Amino acid sequence: MKYAYFPGCSLKGMGRAYEESLLPVMKKLGVEFNELEDWNCCGATAYMAVDEVKACVLASRNLAIAERAGNKEMVAPCSACYLVLNKAKHYFNESPIMAGKVKRALKTADMEYSGDVDIRHPLDILTNDIGIDEIKKHVTHPLKGLKVATYYGCQIVRPYSTFDDQNNPQTMDRLIEALGAEVVHYPLKTKCCGGSLTGTLPEAGLRLCYILLNEAIKQGADVIATVCPLCQFNLDAYHDKIKAQWGPARIPVVYFSQLMGLAYGMSEKKVGLQRNIVKADLRPKAAAAA
Amino acid sequence: MKRTIKYEADRVKGFGREVMSVPGCEELENCIQCGTCSGVCPLSIYMDHSPRQIMALTRSDFKNEVLTSHTIWLCASCYACSVECPREIRITDIMYELKQRAIHEGIYPRRFPIPVLAKEFSKMAHDLGRVTENFLVVKLFLKTNWMAAIGMWRLGLNLIRTGRFSLKRESIQRRGELAKMLESVENEKETA
Ligand code: SF4
Ligand code: SF4
Repeated sequence: MKYAYFPGCSLKGMGRAYEESLLPVMKKLGVEFNELEDWNCCGATAYMAVDEVKACVLASRNLAIAERAGNKEMVAPCSACYLVLNKAKHYFNESPIMAGKVKRALKTADMEYSGDVDIRHPLDILTNDIGIDEIKKHVTHPLKGLKVATYYGCQIVRPYSTFDDQNNPQTMDRLIEALGAEVVHYPLKTKCCGGSLTGTLPEAGLRLCYILLNEAIKQGADVIATVCPLCQFNLDAYHDKIKAQWGPARIPVVYFSQLMGLAYGMSEKKVGLQRNIVKADLRPKAAAAA
Repeated sequence: MKRTIKYEADRVKGFGREVMSVPGCEELENCIQCGTCSGVCPLSIYMDHSPRQIMALTRSDFKNEVLTSHTIWLCASCYACSVECPREIRITDIMYELKQRAIHEGIYPRRFPIPVLAKEFSKMAHDLGRVTENFLVVKLFLKTNWMAAIGMWRLGLNLIRTGRFSLKRESIQRRGELAKMLESVENEKETA
């Protein structure tokens, strides 16, 4: 299996542990991710707020590059990239006016996009293309005894729920269970983490983070598993401030791919766990229960 | 408390129509004011007008109220409202449309960090093709509230300690290509 791989800015920056864990895990499963040549920022939610056409052009340049290289499918692990690329594609296919504008802009650099490349999420690829059985087969160090709250966040299931349920998504739950861990009931799994509001308007953004963290603790989780670099950052980086305002709510937050790496016998360093601000000592918990 | 009485004379006639003519915003016409959007919105308690109110104000042409509202900037684009709305109104996209109009007309709250972040982010993506988060954050604080930046030193240290801080700014190789495309969008706007 082969996919074009769109890392996005976060996976090369604050969220590099996501890439560091995802790539070796995919390799282990025999899946090829080929990084898109000279990819550019997807535009995220911020560009949409300033200029929608330019945001679509920005996203479409990536789709055009993927298409030129003969790809039918491109994987975008960051939730914001996943949404924006999908949105650009939707606009492109649904609005002839937008499609015209984008096409003319791409043409100035001799590029073309026909609206064909599909944007996929790693969870989609893992559960639908590879399959849970195959994922299970490679587990050498089952995460027995580890209690995980699966946190999907907003933008991979909303508004385009292409591969999972909008209100009660299940793909990550099944994946984590396949690794031998226990998934706790976590009703906030698709609630908003506050996005960039944690930086711009902390009292609003961080309150959402506090609620998410605290609910996971109350449900008995040892760790929160996420799929998004912004969610991971928000839930991991602001504990001092959260504690000062509402009280402690300390629980490690890791990428699902890091848990996969651990279950596949990779070292904590190999999957980037040293990059966590709230240290995640997951193995001892898993081992003690075994 | 903000003035809650609305005067007919404050309406900017045609504003609602204009917004509803934008692709994706058409359904606003069908809003039944049920308030589901405000109920599911995780940020509505911080908003000066709830999402439901923004829908009503937009549809009835209260342009100034809507564009100066903090609500549109508090929207974190979580799409909860859009998914739950019984009339399938794309509330999040309408919020985007209103943000664009506020920026375009230059009437957003000046030192309010959220629109500033949106602008700085876009500028970096526009110029370099990629965004390096820590550089962006520094710029944001310089533009809005440098005192707050000092309060962030611990977070900065944590990021450096865990190797998540980027020392160089990322950029794409073919910057000229991207510049050309974005310029053509700009030119097209002017001739339109
Ligand atoms: S949920 Fe939809 S119909 Fe109900 S008030 Fe909000 S926009 Fe209007
Ligand atoms: S998309 Fe915006 S308005 Fe809608 S629920 Fe989320 S934060 Fe509220």
